[in-house]
Amino acid sequence: MLVLTCPYCGVAACETELAPGGEAHLKRFGPGSSDEDFEAYLFLRPNVKGVHFERWRHAMGCGKWFLAARDTATLEVFGTYRAQTSAPPPEIVAAIQAKRPDWSLT
Amino acid sequence: MSDQAVSALPGAEATGLVTVREMGLQGMVTLRADLSAAARAVQRVTGAAMPGVRRIEAGKGCSVAWMSPDELLILCDRAGADRMVFDLTEALTGQHHVAVNVSDARAMFALEGAPGGLRDVLSKVTPADMGALVPGEMRRTRLAQVPAAIWFEAEGAARVICFRSVARYVFDVLAMSARPGGAVDYH
Repeated sequence: MLVLTCPYCGVAACETELAPGGEAHLKRFGPGSSDEDFEAYLFLRPNVKGVHFERWRHAMGCGKWFLAARDTATLEVFGTYRAQTSAPPPEIVAAIQAKRPDWSLT
Repeated sequence: MSDQAVSALPGAEATGLVTVREMGLQGMVTLRADLSAAARAVQRVTGAAMPGVRRIEAGKGCSVAWMSPDELLILCDRAGADRMVFDLTEALTGQHHVAVNVSDARAMFALEGAPGGLRDVLSKVTPADMGALVPGEMRRTRLAQVPAAIWFEAEGAARVICFRSVARYVFDVLAMSARPGGAVDYH
């Protein structure tokens, strides 16, 4: 079972109280972009085994979107943070690097 | 508002490990606004201090619950709900907000019984940690398959609200969880 703490209401929410929203920090390519960029934005995901940033919605709770950093293989959660950011905040990066010294934000 | 309004399950009651009872018509007003900016207006209208995260504060004849960083739920007399909306709208003039009477959108249940048994009955149908829920805190969570909010008025008295469209489902789930023979004696 995956338990993520909602950064808005502080509830340690079980996975079943949340709605998944896929990978976080995607850069949108919309009208006017090249076909390759648009395809990559829509479909191409690295699907990493290891450290991953995800969007989640506290659907059966406060209803807010938030972001989470976790390991897809071990389900270890490094932290959750507010969605109003285009890159992981420094404390999340530090928390990941404390556990995964060879990992870096690319 | 029609004076012929009926609640979702008038008079529904089930007795087992605890008593589950539909509470009838209940006034509810939802307020969405920048809560820090709306605190004074809310205090003036409801008499309640702005609730902190997940808290419920008692006001004059009503209580104010924190629903999300920009949403409050005000529980009041049903007859006073329209007045509450009017007063909030007036007190928040010039400020971006929306106050709506949602009394008919939800159903409310009372669960009464021994404090431990009450938490057991709820714990069987929600992933939320009922042992950590103290009176004065509202936990929005899941009851079996549907969203609901749970809080304790006192140690032996819980309140559950859910959407009206799933009132029968929630009542049946709670009544089944409270059926005699299902005691787990965990809490």
